[in-house]
Amino acid sequence: MSEVVTPTEQATVIAASEVSRRFGQGDTAVMALRDVSAGIERGRLTAVMGPSGSGKSTLMHILAGLDRPTSGTVTLGEIEITHLNDDQLTRLRRDHIGFVFQFFNLLPMLDARENILLPMQIAGRDPDPGWLDEVIDETGLRGRLSHRPSELSGGQQQRVAIARALLSKPTVLFADEPTGNLDSAASDEILALLRHSVDSVGQTVVMVTHDPRAAAVADRILFLADGVIVKDMPHAGEDTIVDAIKSLQ
Amino acid sequence: MLRVALKGLASRRLRSVLTALAIVLGVALISGTYVLTDSINHAFASIFQTVYRGTAATVTGRSAIDASASGGTSGDVPSFSESLLPRVQRLPGVKDAIGGVQGSPQLIHDGKVISFGGAPSLGFSVDPSKPDLNSLDLVGGHWPGPSAVVIDSNTASKKHLHVGDEIGVQTRGPERMMRISGLVRLGSASSLGGATLAGFQLATAQGLFGKVGKLDDIRVSARPGVSPSQIVARIRPLLPRDAQVRTGAQEAAKSASATSSFTSFFKTFLLVFAGIALFVGAFVIANSLSITIAQRTREFATLRTLGASRRQVLRAILVESLMVGLLASVVGMLVGLGLAQGLFALFNALGLTLPTSGTIIEARTVIVSILVGVVVTMLASLRPALRATRVEPIAAVREGATLPEGRFARFRTVGAAITALLGTLLIVQGLFQAKGTGAVLSAIGFGAILVFIGVALLSARIVPTLAEWIGWPATKLGGAPGRLARENARRNPQRTASTAAALMIGLALVTLVAVLAAGITSNFRNSVNQLFTGDYAITAQNNFEPLPTAPAQAATRAAGVTAVGNVRAGEGRVFGATEQLTAVDPEIALVVSLKWKAGSQAVLRSLGPAGAFTDNGYASKHHLTIGSPVSVTTPTGRRIGLVIRGIFKPPSGGSPFGPITMSAATWDRSYQQPQNLYTLVRMSGGETAANQAALRHALQGFPNAKVQTRQKFIDNQISGLSKALNILYLLLALSIIVSLFGIVNTLVLSVFERTREIGMLRAVGTTRRQIRRMIRHESVITALIGSVIGIVLGLAFGALLAARVSAISFTIPVGRVIIFLIATWIVGLVAAIFPARRAARLDPLRALSYE
Repeated sequence: MSEVVTPTEQATVIAASEVSRRFGQGDTAVMALRDVSAGIERGRLTAVMGPSGSGKSTLMHILAGLDRPTSGTVTLGEIEITHLNDDQLTRLRRDHIGFVFQFFNLLPMLDARENILLPMQIAGRDPDPGWLDEVIDETGLRGRLSHRPSELSGGQQQRVAIARALLSKPTVLFADEPTGNLDSAASDEILALLRHSVDSVGQTVVMVTHDPRAAAVADRILFLADGVIVKDMPHAGEDTIVDAIKSLQ
Repeated sequence: MLRVALKGLASRRLRSVLTALAIVLGVALISGTYVLTDSINHAFASIFQTVYRGTAATVTGRSAIDASASGGTSGDVPSFSESLLPRVQRLPGVKDAIGGVQGSPQLIHDGKVISFGGAPSLGFSVDPSKPDLNSLDLVGGHWPGPSAVVIDSNTASKKHLHVGDEIGVQTRGPERMMRISGLVRLGSASSLGGATLAGFQLATAQGLFGKVGKLDDIRVSARPGVSPSQIVARIRPLLPRDAQVRTGAQEAAKSASATSSFTSFFKTFLLVFAGIALFVGAFVIANSLSITIAQRTREFATLRTLGASRRQVLRAILVESLMVGLLASVVGMLVGLGLAQGLFALFNALGLTLPTSGTIIEARTVIVSILVGVVVTMLASLRPALRATRVEPIAAVREGATLPEGRFARFRTVGAAITALLGTLLIVQGLFQAKGTGAVLSAIGFGAILVFIGVALLSARIVPTLAEWIGWPATKLGGAPGRLARENARRNPQRTASTAAALMIGLALVTLVAVLAAGITSNFRNSVNQLFTGDYAITAQNNFEPLPTAPAQAATRAAGVTAVGNVRAGEGRVFGATEQLTAVDPEIALVVSLKWKAGSQAVLRSLGPAGAFTDNGYASKHHLTIGSPVSVTTPTGRRIGLVIRGIFKPPSGGSPFGPITMSAATWDRSYQQPQNLYTLVRMSGGETAANQAALRHALQGFPNAKVQTRQKFIDNQISGLSKALNILYLLLALSIIVSLFGIVNTLVLSVFERTREIGMLRAVGTTRRQIRRMIRHESVITALIGSVIGIVLGLAFGALLAARVSAISFTIPVGRVIIFLIATWIVGLVAAIFPARRAARLDPLRALSYE
């Protein structure tokens, strides 16, 4: 499937077209997304911002194939992912998608190295040894490989999670509030790491955040409110982003 | 993924071990049963090989009605004339041939019959000049002279008897004092299940056993170069109709097979209980696994987001349960070896010392134990594992994600009800329609399994209500912790129901046993009271062995005796089937009162040489009416022509007689060794101390004869039943222990799950004691829920069974039920000890920050 997505500059990797998502039925129904159309560009870091309940997480879930839209379509490369069955989605995740979570979601019984290698093992693939070394060095985990998650700080755990996501060179790396559970120093480390992955190897990253500091490392920022994209702005400083948020409220 | 599964297992060590424990006991019972019965079989086989080691051929009596019967003690195999012996001795190729008789002599010491746990006493003749051909091996002293006896060394050491001591020996007549000349054992065994062994010279034994001029067997050794089959072929033409010949090896195998048919019954019996324990264990495993899988929802979802397929998740869980099952089965198998040793020790302590020739561990024992343990664990984990595959990847990013409901969740109640109903129908079909023991038992067994599963699933519906009622005292007595405990028991009804279900099964079976026991005993009591119009009964000390006729004759001479009615019993062939037949004296009419369908009480008095009576069930089966001819064949091949004179209606508690009863006079003419099953006595003045003393005095010379009042007779007859029931209770206790592990497991997992909540409770001022009390109350409430449902189910099973079997009248065993409820309460308390301690130990600060 990899030949489907040919690496061209600024090409759209994921396209959402008129995506709506309704939760619940009848009177209690909530429209989390209303006819959202957006494209995520290759090799860039796109931040998705918005207040709680704006639909930013739902948009990411749908883009990543974790959730299905009520209407509309999502295409990754040339694959229409909204109608894939469970097996196809599993293969899609192995080939194209990496995740970084707010709560790290590492397996507590595996050490850092095993956690990093887990997706490759699940897929039954051998990691590229050179790339594995590079990822470990980039994330600064060389000395921590035999530690279990419980023996690592929050920042270290999130670095393990990033290494785990980067190892398979996913088409898109989705980060869901990656700094939401970290102090500011650790947050800066993590953001720098994500930024570096974009700059050094052209990793495509989609990051959901409500933290203006996090959004400030992005190449592009999508603002959501009440289920629609209300602003689409290029890279900006933290102050500009804070102002943008204020103007939207 | 395999590594994830194994590492996960290792990191949840406590939970895995608790889960595994549920299966250990059941597997232990399987392997213990196999080891025990294999060891017993092996021991007996080697005993008989030793006994018949120098024997080329044996001639034994041949029953005319039952070709498989053997042994000269029961009286059901005829003895043959000793005139055969010299003719065998003269045969070419025969080196030696000795004749022997067997019997059941009572050994009497200090005026009491020597008996260990009701085991029989076996008597043999020995030939001091041909020790190789004797069944008994001398281990000390000398072979006996004409008025001496050799006894087994086990009995001697237990009773502190030595060579040179005197001992009483009683067979058919009065007690005789004999000197112990030596100590013996049978083959290689020092003890044979507690049986006492005695050996006499042939002539002495023939006199004692009432077999003068007769033999029960001839043992033959061959000259060198002559094969056993040649000897057998030469003996065969000499045999009378009532004798048969086999090689020594055949005889050894036949004797061993008689024991192995008993051990195989014993084996099946124990395996059924192993199966019950495993069934309960399966519930515990399924439940524990459901809880752990629910707690690991996020882990599975994460694996899915990392690219794991549903199949991989399923495989990971199945690998986990495979490992747990394997570990539990190996441990269970090893525990079973210990269990077998323990049972040997237990039997030894009860006096029923079993012969041992080492512990026999067959490959089959290992394979079956491990296979069954693993398969049961895997089956039990299938449903939770399938549910885990339904975890959506998005659960990895959702706060407080819960396990999705199964695809068929909405059909759950209906499905459960249908399952329970189907099970009930199967049981009813098995009870009222199925033909043949196998069909009946499998229908009932399979039906019961369905009912248990159905009710377990269904009970989630009634758990909230039940918890409210059962938890009411807790809220009153336990204060806030009590109220919390009740709510905790109610908040996840499915979990509480599944935990309780394991206990429910054990309680249902225990209650069923209690219902049957109460039904049988009350019915038996009523029937005896209704039938037995005399004052005293005479039986053997162990209540069931038949007695020779001499004690009854002695009883007639007691002052005040107005009537003595004997009931003789033995085998006979009637209408092509071998039955236990009975015979009565005319005086039975004065001590037994029957309800007659045809004929009257007078029939009992006037049976005469050809009269007989039967019960209405047998009469209708064989279309018998007054005047119908009946032909009885005795074991010796005699034919007795009888005519039906009366048909009685047996009471629901069972008939005191065999299908055909004749007069004792007719019986004694045709049976070699007439024996009384019981003797009933009427005395002027009824039950008085003086009358009892007079009877006792008359029976002084017969220590094995026991005089009992009617009530005592009933109690004694029932005591055998209650011993059997105690064994059932003990075996069912195993499955209750398994369910106790289930409660421990659920509570530990719940405490783990509620770490935050418990931290919060502690933070707002709840004391450790109160936390412990909360867990304890929850445990007791859960246990009582299982117990109440189980008791109701057990009563329902009992009612069904009582409706079918007339010997059981349905009675609610109120006393027992109360005991069961108290026992359940204790089970609940015990189960809570460990989880409560864990919960109380949680540090509030750390518990609160726990994620």
